[in-house]
Amino acid sequence: MTRWLLRDLLPTAAVAAVVLALWKLLVVLGGYPAFVLPAPEVVAARLVQAFADGTMEPNLWATLVEIAIGFAIGAGFAVVTGYLLARSHLVERLLSPYLVAAQATPILALAPLITLWFGTGLLSKVIICALIVFFPVAVATMVGVRSVDRQLLEMGRAFRATRAQVLLKLEVPGALPSIFGGIRVGATLAVIGAIIGEWAGGETGLGVLINLARGSLFDTPLLFATLVTIAALGVTLYLAIAAIEHRLVGERG
Amino acid sequence: MSARAPSLEVPPGTTREPTPPSAISVRGLDFGYRSGSRARSAVAGLSFEVAHGELVAVIGANGTGKSTLLKLIGGLLTPDAGSIFVDGEAVRGPEARVGLVFQEPRLLPWRSTLSNVAFPLELAGWTSAARVARAAELLELVGLADVADLRPHQLSGGMRQRASIARALALEPSVLLLDEPFSALDALTRERFNDQLQGIWRQTGSTILIVTHSIPEAIFLADHVLVLSGRPGRLAAQVPIELPRPRTVNELDAAIGSAAAATIRGALQLDTRDADPGEVAP
Repeated sequence: MTRWLLRDLLPTAAVAAVVLALWKLLVVLGGYPAFVLPAPEVVAARLVQAFADGTMEPNLWATLVEIAIGFAIGAGFAVVTGYLLARSHLVERLLSPYLVAAQATPILALAPLITLWFGTGLLSKVIICALIVFFPVAVATMVGVRSVDRQLLEMGRAFRATRAQVLLKLEVPGALPSIFGGIRVGATLAVIGAIIGEWAGGETGLGVLINLARGSLFDTPLLFATLVTIAALGVTLYLAIAAIEHRLVGERG
Repeated sequence: MSARAPSLEVPPGTTREPTPPSAISVRGLDFGYRSGSRARSAVAGLSFEVAHGELVAVIGANGTGKSTLLKLIGGLLTPDAGSIFVDGEAVRGPEARVGLVFQEPRLLPWRSTLSNVAFPLELAGWTSAARVARAAELLELVGLADVADLRPHQLSGGMRQRASIARALALEPSVLLLDEPFSALDALTRERFNDQLQGIWRQTGSTILIVTHSIPEAIFLADHVLVLSGRPGRLAAQVPIELPRPRTVNELDAAIGSAAAATIRGALQLDTRDADPGEVAP
């Protein structure tokens, strides 16, 4: 345990310490006021206060719910679509040009439209999250399913695997490392999707809090504290997915 | 049967006593691989019989259709013409009575050795407890009991191939087909495994058809050697090996100089234009 801490955590902590020191140095040398660049300890104090007085937590939960639902729906559809893209030439020819076109359209431009159509509530954020998650997961699934060893599929046939058994016992486990590659990307994009959705119009969420801190409140330390919270949320999601991946995929050599 | 073949009909009142069917019966087998509108014939006019409990080796240069033949018997390919019977029943696809060992181990990298061996049982709907018991028994048979929990990448090449043999034996097939199972192993390991394969054959009493590149290996293992030659592959010779059993590795050297070896070598070189004899190990 202590060795793990030393090996994995120490370098990360060292980098953080250096960044914080440089940040503090910049504030001291530049003499910036707190509304332009607050010092790290000011941000830390504001972060603690925001959690203590209940400013942060409800917004954090709102954003987390948007991400969780949007990600689940987007990734779910993406895995199914990715499988169909890999196994059906017809589906690939029908869908792939539109998928690429949709991906090339910036979500930032679509977000106001989606908010206009679906309101400023949870639904519009879920849709934006799902859209932004969809593409990387679908492509990763397609690539993963296509790369499943043909020799293993033939082996499955030799032992009379049914279509469902081939899917569940050969194709899905075989494609899993690749699918998780897409999911890792998708999870971090989902955080961005939720924030963009909240900017385009919303009542709660970390994105709303950023808008408030920047605009009406003029509270730059709170803006920084919210950014820190968003970053922490992203890292936590990523680590959670990496842990699930490690359990499901494990060592394959 | 049709009315044109009345002689095959059994007269009423008599009990029919057919000769017991061969373990494997191949008749007039043709097969070609199609790419676009072109077909490249792989085997042509193959006919042979393998009796129950026999160990038969198939030998031939690259491109003489040895692997194709195994896939046809295993039901992975469908013949263009001719028929294949296993235990007197026509082969219509992959079946439990035929166990297949591929040239590569083809183990699932995300499963333990035990779970890989149990894979056919899982597909066949066995309960978890029954699977584990049967797979443990098979691992014991091939000498892998102590690596049951390891993943394929933690095993040596020989261990992987033995796991693949155990998997093929899982559903107690009456016929075991092996496609150059030890070709990736070094010569010393091969000798040991051929010895082990002979042991497994004696213990399970199954019929074995093994494809090989090596004349000594064929002679060491087999009751009969089928020699394929040419492209498409045709049966060039069927050589009986009349050495007493159990055969020991020490007899392997004698096998190289034997009359059977000379016959096989002669049959292999019938068609030197197509089959490069250099592709066959001496």
